[in-house]
Amino acid sequence: MNPTNRLNLISQFFSLTDAHMLSVYEKLGGYEMAKKAIREMKPDAVEAEVRKSKLRGLGGAGFASGVKWSFVPRDSGKPIYLTVNADEGEPGTFKDRYVMERAPHLLLEGILICAYAMGIHKVYIYVRGEYLGPIQRLREAIDEAVAKNYLGEKILGTNFNLEVVVHQGAGAYICGEETALLESLEGKKGFPRLKPPFPAVVGLYGCPTLIHNVETLSYLPFILQEGGDWFAGLGTETSGGMRLYSVSGHVERPGVYERSMGITLRQLIEDAGGVWRGRKLKAVVPGGLSAAVLTADEIDVTMDFDSLRKIGSMGGSGGVMVMDEKTCMVRALYTTMRFFGHESCGQCSPCREGTGWVARILKRILDGEGRVEDIDRLIDIGQFMGGTTICALADGAQMPLLSYLKKFRSEFDYYVKHGCSLVESEPAGVSN
Amino acid sequence: MTTENKILTSELKDQATKIMAQYDQPRSAVLPILHLVQNTYGCITCEAETEIAALLQMPIVDMKEIVTFYTLFRSRPCAKVEFNVCRTLSCMLRGGEEIIDHLKEKLGIQPGEQTSDGKFGLHLVECLGACETAPTAQINESYVGGLTKEKIDQIISGKTK
Repeated sequence: MNPTNRLNLISQFFSLTDAHMLSVYEKLGGYEMAKKAIREMKPDAVEAEVRKSKLRGLGGAGFASGVKWSFVPRDSGKPIYLTVNADEGEPGTFKDRYVMERAPHLLLEGILICAYAMGIHKVYIYVRGEYLGPIQRLREAIDEAVAKNYLGEKILGTNFNLEVVVHQGAGAYICGEETALLESLEGKKGFPRLKPPFPAVVGLYGCPTLIHNVETLSYLPFILQEGGDWFAGLGTETSGGMRLYSVSGHVERPGVYERSMGITLRQLIEDAGGVWRGRKLKAVVPGGLSAAVLTADEIDVTMDFDSLRKIGSMGGSGGVMVMDEKTCMVRALYTTMRFFGHESCGQCSPCREGTGWVARILKRILDGEGRVEDIDRLIDIGQFMGGTTICALADGAQMPLLSYLKKFRSEFDYYVKHGCSLVESEPAGVSN
Repeated sequence: MTTENKILTSELKDQATKIMAQYDQPRSAVLPILHLVQNTYGCITCEAETEIAALLQMPIVDMKEIVTFYTLFRSRPCAKVEFNVCRTLSCMLRGGEEIIDHLKEKLGIQPGEQTSDGKFGLHLVECLGACETAPTAQINESYVGGLTKEKIDQIISGKTK
C-alpha cells in the first residue's frame, strides 16, 4: 500500500513545459519501455506484467485489462485492432484531455507496448470532436514518432509495423460506449451493439478488437518499468495503481489529481483544497455523472472500483463533482437527467422515453408545477430503466435518479409542496 | 458520364481520398470528410450530403441519419462568433446558468439563435470536458474557462470592434 497515496506518474508531465514534444519526452526517458518491450521482451511476458499489475479500465467500466487481453483470439486469421477510446464525454471528466495535450507521446508509448504484446498493426484513436487542441497535439506527436521510427514500418529495426490514425468524433456522448464507438468508426450513427459477441472477439470490421481508454494505456510504460507487482501494490487489493481523478464543482482547487486507488474521497476533496468558501459539504458524485450520488456522511469510502460499488455507487471515469450545502438537489438532478435525455441515442424505449420523461417531470417540479405523485412516478420510471436496455446509458441515468431521490427526498417533497427550493433564495424555474 | 461536383472540388476530393486511405473500409471516413467539408464551407448542405454519399458509395438515407445524429454538423453556417456554453453539472454548480442568462440578455437572443447581423450565436452544449475551469464555453474553436459576466462583456466588446 502506498502510504501517502501520492505519486506523480502520468501527472509528472502535466506541469512540465513542452513535455508534449518528442525531444523533451525522450530526455525524460520516453520510449525506453517501448524499446525494451519490442527488443527484449516476448509478447507473453508483457501480457503477464499487465495481468499482475491489476490495471483496470479507467474509462469507466473498470474491467481488468489483463483479462480483457486474454479474451482476444490470436489465431482467427483476421487482423486484430486496437481502438483507443478518447471520446471523453462523461460529465465531470477531463483527465484524458490532459494526457493528450500534455503527454501525447506517453499515450503513444502505451499504445506501442499494447500493440506489440497483442500483435496489432493498426490503431484508431477516437477523440471527441470538440477536442481540437488534443487532436492537433496527437497528430503532431504521431508525425514526430513516425519520423523517429517509433511508429511506421520496421519499428526500431525490428519486423514490427504499427500505424496510428487519429479519428475525430462529431459530438455524441453515446460514442464513448465501446460498441457505439465501433459503429461510429465504421461510418454509422452511434447505436450500441448487442453483446455478446464482445468486441474482443467481433469488433471493428468484424475483427477482434481491443478497446482501451487513454489513461489505461498511458500506465503501461510505468508497469513495464517498475513491474506489475509494484503497480498492483500502489492500489487496493483488486484495483491496481494510481488513477487520475478529475475534481470539479465546489472545491477550492478543481483539477486533475493523480492518487492511489486506496485514497478516501474525504482526502481527495481535501487535496483539492476542500469545499470552497468555507462551506459545508452536501453531496459528491464520485465517478462521473452516471454514478450514484453520495452524502457527506459517505466520504470515508476508498476510491477504488469495488469499494464504491459496495456502497451502491461506482468509480466510473474518476470524475468527482463536489456540491456544497447551498446546492439545490432538485436543480442538480434536473441538470443531470436533462443530459441523459439529450444524449440517449433513442434505440431502446426504456431509455429514450424514460430519460426524456424524467427530465420533463423534473422541469415541471422546478417550474413550481410539480404534483404530489410526481416523485413516486420518477422512482417508478427509474426502476424500469435499469437493466432493460442494450447499453449502460440507461443504467447510468438510473443511478443518479434513484440515489438523489432516496438520499435527498425531503428536498424534492418540499419543492413539490411549496413550488420553490428548500435551499435557494432565487425564484423557481429554469431559464434554459 | 460524370456530373460536375460543386462541393467536392478536385482539391477537396484529393484530401478526401487521402483520408479514406487511412481506413480499412472507406465508409469509416465519413465523419472526417464531413468535418473537412464543414470546415471549408461552414456547413453541410443537401448537395454536400449527396456528393459525399456518392463518394463513399453509401445510401443517402444513411448520410442523412449521420448528419442529424451527430450534433457537431450544421445545415446552416454558424455566426461569426459562436458561444457554445456548457450547461452540465460542474458548470452549472459554478454559475453556468448566470452566464447563459447574461448572454441571452446581452445579445438579445435565445439559445439556438443568432443576432440579426449574423455576428453572434448562442448554443447550449453538454459537458465539454473542461470542468476544472467551470463555467466553460467553447467560443468558435477555443475553450474559454473561468467565465464571469465581466469576461463575457469583454469578449463581446472585443469582437464587436
